[in-house]
Order: sequence, then structure tokens, then C-alpha cells
Amino acid sequence: MAEAVDLKAIGTRPVRPDGIEKVTGRAAFGADLHLPNMLHGKVLRSPYAHARIKSVDLTRARAAEGVLAAISGADFPGNASDLGKNVIARDKVLYHGHAVAAVAAKTQLQADVALDLIEVEYEVLEPVMSLDQAMAEGATLVNETQHTNGDTSKPPSNVAATQRFERGDLEAGFAQADVIVEGEYRVPMAHQGYIEPHACTATVNEDGKATVWCCTQGHFDVRSLTAQVLGERVGNIKVIPSEIGGGFGGKTTIYLEPLAVKMSQMTGRPVKMTMSREDVFRATGPTSGTWCKAKIGAKKDGTFTAASAWLAYEAGAFPGAPIGPGCMSVLAPYEVPNLVIEGNDVLVNKPKVCAYRAPGAPQSMHAMECAIDELARKLDMDPIDLRLKNAAGEGTVAPYGPRFPAIGLRECLEAAKVHPNYLAPVPEGGGRGVAVGFWFNIGMQSSAEVRIAEDGMVTVMEGSPDIGGSRASMALMAAETLGVPYDQVKAHVGDTESTGFCNVTGGSRTTFATGMAVIQACEDIIAQCRQRAALTWDLDEEQVDWVDGEAVPKPGVNADVNPLSLANIARGAGRTGGPLLGRASLNAQGAGASFSCNFTDTKVDTETGKVDVLSFTAVQDAGRAIHPSYVEGQMQGGAVQGIGWALNEEYIYDADGVMENAGFLDYRVPVASDMPMIDTEIIEVPNPFHPYGVRGVGETPIVAPLAAVSNAVRDQLGFRIPDLPLSPPRVLEAIDEREG
Amino acid sequence: MGAYAYRAPSSVEEALSTLAAEAAAGNRAQMLAGGTDVMVQMRSIDKGPRTFVDVKHVAEANELCIGTDEVFIGAAIASAVLNESQELKSILPGLIEAADLIGSTQIQGRATIGGNLCNSSPAGDTIPALIACGAVCVIASSGGNREVPTEDFVTGVGTNVLEPTEFLVGFKIPRPKGRTSDAYLRFIPRTEMDIAVCGAGVALTLDDSGVCTAAKVSIGAVAITALVVPDAAAALVGTTVDDAALAAAADASSALAKPITDKRGTVEYRRKVVGVLTKRAAAIARDRALAL
Repeated sequence: MAEAVDLKAIGTRPVRPDGIEKVTGRAAFGADLHLPNMLHGKVLRSPYAHARIKSVDLTRARAAEGVLAAISGADFPGNASDLGKNVIARDKVLYHGHAVAAVAAKTQLQADVALDLIEVEYEVLEPVMSLDQAMAEGATLVNETQHTNGDTSKPPSNVAATQRFERGDLEAGFAQADVIVEGEYRVPMAHQGYIEPHACTATVNEDGKATVWCCTQGHFDVRSLTAQVLGERVGNIKVIPSEIGGGFGGKTTIYLEPLAVKMSQMTGRPVKMTMSREDVFRATGPTSGTWCKAKIGAKKDGTFTAASAWLAYEAGAFPGAPIGPGCMSVLAPYEVPNLVIEGNDVLVNKPKVCAYRAPGAPQSMHAMECAIDELARKLDMDPIDLRLKNAAGEGTVAPYGPRFPAIGLRECLEAAKVHPNYLAPVPEGGGRGVAVGFWFNIGMQSSAEVRIAEDGMVTVMEGSPDIGGSRASMALMAAETLGVPYDQVKAHVGDTESTGFCNVTGGSRTTFATGMAVIQACEDIIAQCRQRAALTWDLDEEQVDWVDGEAVPKPGVNADVNPLSLANIARGAGRTGGPLLGRASLNAQGAGASFSCNFTDTKVDTETGKVDVLSFTAVQDAGRAIHPSYVEGQMQGGAVQGIGWALNEEYIYDADGVMENAGFLDYRVPVASDMPMIDTEIIEVPNPFHPYGVRGVGETPIVAPLAAVSNAVRDQLGFRIPDLPLSPPRVLEAIDEREG
Repeated sequence: MGAYAYRAPSSVEEALSTLAAEAAAGNRAQMLAGGTDVMVQMRSIDKGPRTFVDVKHVAEANELCIGTDEVFIGAAIASAVLNESQELKSILPGLIEAADLIGSTQIQGRATIGGNLCNSSPAGDTIPALIACGAVCVIASSGGNREVPTEDFVTGVGTNVLEPTEFLVGFKIPRPKGRTSDAYLRFIPRTEMDIAVCGAGVALTLDDSGVCTAAKVSIGAVAITALVVPDAAAALVGTTVDDAALAAAADASSALAKPITDKRGTVEYRRKVVGVLTKRAAAIARDRALAL
């Protein structure tokens, strides 16, 4: 692996290629496409959280002025998948805001009028709105035919699936402990809060071929999922990704696309559909509200002897809560000889959850990191020292199976311990909290092509939508590999027909996996350049080296020739075999886990319950920071999202299951003035499975802040408020109860 | 849904005749100032057809006059303009800070305190501040101007004393004399861009020895309209606005509050915190008065 000192492009901070277009407003996002004769599609959404659909009558809507199409679930024949039922309801509506019908009209106003003319008859059912209610004996069923883990020998249940990890002897482990801490912690359902609402435009031509423009984290997934819902062949759908105004996991599925394609098929016109912010809150996938029980025991010296976690996660209307990652993460940072981890995936009448930055990890780790904080207090140990004492390292077997290669948890903890912010005293009257974060990161499939223009300019084509500066990272890795300057390289995200398959931008995989494909495609170019140079010089390929962006004879090869640059070779490519085109495709293995340590100083106004975050420090292992500014940006953005979730963000429902705060006024993400500067420190323990040592960095940052904030508030108040958010009413109530 | 029309009269007379003509034609007319509430409502909850009558071009509604006995603030003056007047900020700091709490800097380029009052939300930030400093509403009416104390202007959630053919021209505020100052505080879970969970405005006068000789306290977002709290004022008058007086004023506000539980806060929370804000606002007003 290349050492840091050898790197020329990697580790620098050039301007991102999409930066100018974004700051000047030129960049085209999901809703920015306008086509001639375009219709506007709108969705009729369920006014009930749980109801049987008895009938949908579209007659009056179809007859309304300007309306060219009106559809309902009946227009999607065949056995619907959960995805299909989420896109448009069939026999039941399962959450307030569930799509029931859609119309396409010449103007938005005409579409609005038509929605009011659709007649739907419902049989209203009791909504299942909490984990306690869903898991209680005799609970109303969200899905009457669902059995836990598909086991039909047991009665139907709202628990869709369970998961369990076990190691050693839990009881014996707790018996060895001198100190045991046990607690129950709840974290509310939270939305990713991306600024750009979902939007798409679809047009179907006379051959039946559909083109879809949309904002997405994965256009190849949009293609396959849309094809699946419509019963179409994948090859009949082309998806062009727009620039994307945030996703955080929430744009890894589809909502509008099949409806737009269907209505375009019916009308022969392009159909554009955009969500309002309210639609986004009511009908797109947030992350699970959770109920977690955590228990951990240690000897007097702090050595963990046993730990257990019981997790129940809201799935929303269909199975798929992130209990797997929740279970994987909860104890991943530690050596724990005896453990039991159990997860429950539970249906409730809320929107189906979707990925949100390290899906499932913030909730379970909030519970365990709060418990560990209490343990440190009981042991009278520094919270970083306690974690260092038990930190996983190279060779530790993770609770979910694999043995960790080199990881950077210990390095993060040690860096935090000597950070100036940690050495500084806790502000007068405030509190300090520490927590650890983890995300395993993923690899998956990526493709990349590298094309060399006749002047040596490098075009990188890949298929990973850029949500965090990845085009800059791709260009940096290509420049580094080829040995050319950054500004000689331009990276582009191609559509489903102009670039090879890539899985979604998610799982913190893009810089790692697509980056690896880009590096390999560049190595393909280098191999071709050496061959072309050998041909030019009448040498064997093995006699030619590639050094600093030039082909040169290897040391000891007797050839009186001038080095050939990429531009030299490209210019003469016609004489040596044609254009230079490098390719690679892979299913990346060896994604490296990224650990973090966060700490924060907070101060509670004990008369109002308001928590002010005075400082926040994030230390995280990036493996190798390709573009350090974007790594820091990920760390800061994740910290702010985590702080927002800890302090104010939550879905508030009324008794009928209607979300009361479906807008940014009352779903309170932090505003800039709420936040201190988020201080960052990047640790680099290279991932041995990536050519430059890259680990994913995008998700870990949101994991630790929840517990870090809770632990800081605990530090000041002297008692624990176990549930989030630590909103002013909750905090003041807890203080008042305590004071009697 | 249907047509929208827009009128921009340049005088009170023209505005009144426009309103009268629209009423006679059976049209709905709505006054438009900054539009920071009206435009949002038009696009979300109230899309019905109407004629917008823009007060921003009415000369009288754009007057700002700081006289020796009285201050007149036109209803159409943007908060950003008020905020730029050092004289206003020094004599009515509480009112100006209330206006400065509403919206971002960009929004304040349009938003007005007149619009904030006419929107008549229980949580309007300038309303308790206007009440505390004794503002009187000047209402243009076909029979001539009529005047209504601010505390009597709002009649319910989103409703007020204006007839369909009337509009708000501005506010008359007695110019604070001697050691008189004011303060306004609201509680929000964030630092800005939010709606008051509760709010408190306090204006008070101190004599040379620092004893409070007059006070007015008003609280917001804890009832369907902003409330005047005579007991809180009484708790301050005759004291040096010390901790005991502040605590008594806080209790008076908490006692009078009739809040609801909603997504922004509970009854218990609002009742308690409105007292805390009363106490803190009174202390700020006292310190400001002492510094005069």
C-alpha cells in the first residue's frame, strides 16, 4: 500500500467539480426538468392510519377538466410485493399518507381539483401506533397474515422477524461481574430531513421504452424496483439521476416512479411528480423508533464480563426495520466474552422505514453507550479509559462473527483522551458526555470506465450518485493512480445506459468500492499505455514502467527514448491500437469498519429544560481521507443530525395516528445557530483491503452523538433521562419530578 | 381555488375605497403587508380566490415618526427597517427585539409588526411586546380612524376587531420617559426560525432610587390571545424589582396562563416557563431602565 508521504493528489482539498454549478443555482435537481406537453401527477393519500379500502371510484376525477389519467391500486394487477403495496395501496391503507390513487393533469391546480373528486370508501381500523401496543397480547394486527419469521405454527403477530447473537454463558458472565448496570432506553422515529423532496419525471415513448429522471441514491435500483412494480423488463426502463439534494439513505427506494411511468404509458405524455415537504414526512421512510434494553457487567478493574441487549424496532407498515445492523453494532466496539443480543422487527401503522445513515446503529448504541456511561460512574473510571480497557482491536471477533482486521477504535479513543477539548475543564455548571460510534460499512458491486481524450484529459464514468463529494474523491484517486494532476481528471455519474452497473450510494461504500473500480480502471489504462509505449519503442511491455504519469523504460533497459506522457500516448493512439478506454467492474470485498469517539459539553437551562450544546468533538477513523474536507464534512453533518435527534427530532402522532408535525417548523432539525463548531479529528488506520486504505466514513458520524449528548446531560443533572429526544418539556418534567 | 387579484393603493382613502368596492362586489379582500404569513397560508391551507390589497404602498402606513411624546410606527414598515433605527432600539428595545425574533434576516426585509398583529396568532411575538409598551392600534375605517388598545385587538385564534372594510394603519406608542424600558423574551426549542412555545413582554418605569413606579406585563402563546397580567405588574410596582418581586411576578404569569397541550409543549410546561420568561424579561427591562 502507498504510504501517505508518497501521495500527491490524495489528501489534498481541491474544489469539487459540481461546486460551481451548485452555488450558482445551475445544477439540475429532481424537480428541475421540464418537458414539452408535460403533465403534472399528484397522489391522493390516506386520511387514516389503518383502514380497509372498500372502493375507489375515479369516475369524477377522470372527467375533470385537464385530467388525462387517474389510477389506483387496481391499475397494478397481479400479486403486489410489499414495495408495490407501499407505492400504491391495494386492499388496506397502513399509515396516514399512504398513496391510494394518483392523477395526471395539464396543470397542478387541475390535478389538485381532481384529487378532491376521487371517492374512496374506507372501513376504519384501530391504528397500531407504538411498540408496546404492537407487541402486546392480542394486539390489533397491521398484517393479519404475518407470522413471526414465517412460522405458521404460531399465531399471527406484528413481530415480523427476530434476530439473535449469542456468545459464551451470559449468566455466568454476569455472576463474575462486580458491577452491573441495566436500563431501558427509547429513541423516537426520526426522518433523514434531506432538503430536496422526492421528484421524478417519466416519459414513455411509442416503443414502450420508459425514461425516468429522478433524484436518487441509486438509479440502477430505481430501474429494477420500478420494473418490478410495473411488471416490466429492466431493459425497457432507462433512469437518469439528477443532482441530489441530500439522501442519507432515504433515497434508496422508490415512491413516485411507477406511478409516473404508468400515467405516462396511459397518456403518451411526460408526467412529472414532486412531493411536498408534508408528503415527504407522511409517506417516505424515516428510521425506526426503538425500545432497547441494555445490561452490562464489569469487574472492579473495568473488564467487561457480560452484556445483553434486547431491541425492538418499528418497521412501519411493512417488515424491514434495521434490526440486523442494530444487533451487529450494539456491542461491536468491545471485547465481551459473554453476550446475548436479540432484535425484533415490529410492524406499526407508520410509514415503512427506510435507510437512515448507519441504519439501526444509533438507536441500539445509544442504549449501550448510556449504560456504559453509568458503569464508568459506578466504577469511578474515566469513560474513555473504561472503553479503552475493553476496546476491540485487530483480531477481536465481532459479536456478529468476523474477526476484525486492523481497526482504529483504540487510536480514536487515545486521540480523544489527549484532545485539547477533552483536557479543558468542563464548563461551569455544564456537563460532559462521551460515546463511541461504529459502522461496519459495505462493499457491493461497482463499475467504472476511464476514457482518455486525445489531449490526455481523463474522463471517469461511474454509476454512484454523488451525495457527499464522491466525484471529487474519484477524480483524486484517478489522478493519484495515473500520476496526473487533479484538474486533468473529470468524474461523471452516468445514467443506467451510459455506465456499468453500480449498487446504491449507501453503506458508506462509494469511495471504497466505486473508488476501487476507478483505481482498477486506471490501472487498466496504465497497462494499455505501457503496451502502447512498448509498441512505439519496439520494446517488450515488461520493459516499460509507468512513473509519475509517464511511460519510461524500466531501469536497466537500454533505450534512447523520451518518456511518453498520457497526452503523448493519447494523441498517437490511432497508430497504436485505437482510443484508450479502461474498465473495471467488481463486487468489492473487505470494507473496513469505521469507529469513532465523540464527546460534547452541554448545559441545561434548568428552568426551561433547554439543552445548549457548547462544544462537540468528533474523532473518527477514515482509513485514509481521500478528500479531508469531505471527510470532515461527513463527520460534522452526522454529528449535527445525531444532536438534532438527541434533542428535538421526533414524529409526534395524535390519537388517530396522524402525524402532527409534518413540516420543518415542528419537526425540529437543528438550525445553524443552534450548533457550535463541530471540531473534527481524522484518524487514519488504513483499511488493508483498499489500495489507498479507504474505509467508508459517511455513516459512523451519526452513531455516537445520541449517547454523547445524553451522557453530557446526565453529567450535569446527576440523573439519567433514558429516553430521547431530550426536548425542553421532557427535560424540565424530569427535573421537576426529581425535585418533587 | 380560482383567481387571485392584486391591488396596490397609495393612500388610506384609496385603500378604503378598494376594500369597499371589493366588498360591494361580493369579493373577498385580504390586506397584504409583508406576506410572510399570507403567502404561506395561500399556498397551503387557504387557497381560495380573493383580492390582495397591498398596504406596502399606502403612504400613511409607511410613516415612522418618533415624537417627543409619542411614537408612530406605520403598519407596513418592515422589521428590518425598524431594526436599523438606533433611536427606536434605544427607547423601545423590547418591541424591536420581538420584531427581530420573527423570521430570518431575509424574511425581516418583508415582515411587519402590523402583519404580525393582524395575523392574530396566539403565538405572535410582537403582540405581548406591543401590549407591554402601551401601543394603540390606529385603524382606518370609512367613518375615519378609530383607535383600539393592542390588548383589545385580537379576539381569538386568527380573528380580530377589523371589519372587512377596515385595515390597520399603524401604532401609537407613548414615548417612554425617564427610566422606562422594556424587554421581550420567548421560548423556542431552537435558537431561531421557530414559533413561540410561550412569550413574555415587560415594560417598566423606575424612579431615581430604582423603585418601580409603573409596569405592564403581557404574556403570549399561553391562551387564545396574548394576556395582560395585572398581578405581575402589581408584584413589580413599589419594589426594586428584586428576586422576591420577580418570583411573585413569575407566579402571577403562571397563574393567569391558560395554555393548551400541543406538539409544541404541554400545559404544565408552558405554565411554568411563561413565569420564568416573565421573571427574566422583567430583570432585563429593569437593568435597561437602570442604565438610562
